[in-house]
Amino acid sequence: MKNQRRLWLVAALLVTTLIVLAACGGQSTPPPAAPAEEEAPAEAAAPAEESVAEESADDAVTEAPGAEEAAESAVEAEEEQAEDAVASSGDAIPLSMWYHGAGNDEERVVITQIIDDFNASQDQYVVEMQDFPQNSYNESIVAGALAGNLPDIIDMDGPIMPNWAWSGYLAPLDLPEGTLDGYLPGAIGRWDDQVYSVGLWDAAVAMFARRSVLEENDIRIPTLEEPWTKDEFDAALETLQATGEFEYAFDPGMAWTGEWYPYAFSPFLQSFGGDIIDRETYLSAEGVLNGPEAVEFGEWWQSLFERGLAPGTSQDSADRDTGFIDGRYALQWNGNWAAVPALEAYGDDMLFLPAPDFGNGPTIGAASWQFGVSADSEHQEGANDFVVFALQPKYSAAFSDVLGLAPTTVEAAAMTENYAPGGPLEVFYELSKQQALIRPPTPAYLSAALVFEKALADIANGADVVTSLDAAVDEINADIDANNGYGFQ
Amino acid sequence: MTQKSKVRLATTSRYTLMILLAAIFALPLLFMVISSFKPGLQILQDSSSLRAFLPVGDLSMQNYFDAFDRAPVARFIFNSILVTTVTLALGLFFCSLAAFALACLRWKGQGIVLTIIIATFIVPFETIAVPLLMIVSRLPTIGAEGFSYGWLNTYHVQIIPFIVDAFTIFLFVQFFKSLPYDLIEAARIDGASWFQIYARIIVPVSGPVFATAAILKGLVMWNQYLWPIMVVQSEQYRPVMVGLGYFFQLNTAWGEIMAYLSVITIPILVLFLSLQRVFVESIASSGIKG
Repeated sequence: MKNQRRLWLVAALLVTTLIVLAACGGQSTPPPAAPAEEEAPAEAAAPAEESVAEESADDAVTEAPGAEEAAESAVEAEEEQAEDAVASSGDAIPLSMWYHGAGNDEERVVITQIIDDFNASQDQYVVEMQDFPQNSYNESIVAGALAGNLPDIIDMDGPIMPNWAWSGYLAPLDLPEGTLDGYLPGAIGRWDDQVYSVGLWDAAVAMFARRSVLEENDIRIPTLEEPWTKDEFDAALETLQATGEFEYAFDPGMAWTGEWYPYAFSPFLQSFGGDIIDRETYLSAEGVLNGPEAVEFGEWWQSLFERGLAPGTSQDSADRDTGFIDGRYALQWNGNWAAVPALEAYGDDMLFLPAPDFGNGPTIGAASWQFGVSADSEHQEGANDFVVFALQPKYSAAFSDVLGLAPTTVEAAAMTENYAPGGPLEVFYELSKQQALIRPPTPAYLSAALVFEKALADIANGADVVTSLDAAVDEINADIDANNGYGFQ
Repeated sequence: MTQKSKVRLATTSRYTLMILLAAIFALPLLFMVISSFKPGLQILQDSSSLRAFLPVGDLSMQNYFDAFDRAPVARFIFNSILVTTVTLALGLFFCSLAAFALACLRWKGQGIVLTIIIATFIVPFETIAVPLLMIVSRLPTIGAEGFSYGWLNTYHVQIIPFIVDAFTIFLFVQFFKSLPYDLIEAARIDGASWFQIYARIIVPVSGPVFATAAILKGLVMWNQYLWPIMVVQSEQYRPVMVGLGYFFQLNTAWGEIMAYLSVITIPILVLFLSLQRVFVESIASSGIKG
């Protein structure tokens, strides 16, 4: 009997859950014109329409010949006008937007402000944002594309843009002439001679160092005009390591796996004269990723770990986060997002130095998150309007202040706390302007970046340089071939 | 060495080994809970010493307050509990029914069907994720807004594809096959229907396998990550593992991560501990010991 009662209990539970499930099933594909009454512009429009309806109804009463007919006409007119008012309040077309910053409250404040300002600036569109955790954002976009569920406005990491444009996820932007004048090149996403995305900030990498450490060891402080040469940089590392004061002379950031590797380390390769993909044809990595310059880079890279100058791939992310600030690493290759904590730790002693010149000019990575318009959007014009609206310097400055990243124009930089002339991070703006080189703007980059990361990790772990680079070239070329050159011929 | 000393040595060795094994499993949990009360920088500084496992330094509940401020943690936990519970309830019912048919009934082709089900073991979920996404994004649904297409951004898209799975069916089949067939025959002679046999004979003596399946399936459902990021764009339906991403920003909030992990570990621990008791009781009261 007890068991029977349990069985009935389970059955009842099942039925209840099924009912709950059925009730929860209403949030699937939203109708094209989702209600926009909650948004300010629509709300503002509704009362005006209501008053028109009331006036029309009053008119109908006075003009109608008979009392009953007049009453009926008035009711009908009132109903019609009320419907019109509702329709009109829903006239503001909702524009969906996906954003990568879930969990970042400071960033959310700025992006929400931009959306609110845009929504208030006109009554044709209402932007509605859905934010995602950054670490799963790209997968959500690709899944959304497969399911035919992409939003109108997408934000994306710069180097991924060509792949998404090539895949047909994005529509080119239609920017008014002069919009991008004076823009940092890294913040502009170009593919196939068209602009598909534009960012409100750019990330820049510098060599974090302490003036006192360099001066104590008679190491020249490099400048943008005269960066360290390869020999100077190597000698500096040897000197710093020999002091015995540091666990490692140089922390490149091996613990930060993923996009950090191609973003932060491919500039070294480029400065040696190599690259991830041949930028003349975008059809092969042959000769650039395994040519003599690339091999020279690979051997230098491997020597950093063999000579014990840098922590290897087993570096703990905690050490990456605290090693420089704790004084265990003498130099650190790091981004402007980490600059403020370093400044707080070392104050005036803190230096942000330009990338060394390994023979082919100093280079740092470029391109951060940018806005674009979905190719599937039924309201591309509105989505485009939003992107154009968001590109105002004041918003770029606001993002810079909360994220610590570089604003995109001189005008925006002047509005910021850190990047204004004389500001503590001004050097990053100049670094972006003078040294930045975007990662290869090709759809193949998505796959090539992973291959490059593996090759660098293997080389750091002692793998044969030539074999590793040749294998990487083969893999990248195979991917390009499998995709018919990604549109390049 | 006396007999007493030998016994004492053996006992000491056994307990030392058991304590070491327990420590291997318990220390990460201890680290997580202790760290959840420490500031982020202190967690990193303590991580290379024994202090990582000790409640020392600047301890507070701040990480918990900050974690609940940063993300709708309660919503994520509610979503995961709902999805896990409903999938478990439906899954245990349907999987055990399927296994009953495969293990206890006699019908043509049951061997082939079982083989096909087991063969699906070798197909990883990642292989079918994309086709499944395209199917569920086009399936009809009825909700508050009426009839529409597409299951994206719902609870049931996170539940229905996972109700029945080959491993759970296989688990039940193996257990049901070990039960004495005489029980079923006796029930048939007494006039019981197949469902009555399932409900009144098989289920009451299958507590251990139900508990085991619930624990294994519950863990899988609680840890769902890939599928939710593909089918759920709305924050309203996100489960706990997707919510973890809220804490990985440019500068990772380690303290909040530990607090979040401590909070989301509680429900799964409760599930495990509650089923562990059922598991023991089922063995004790099953009355089938061969």
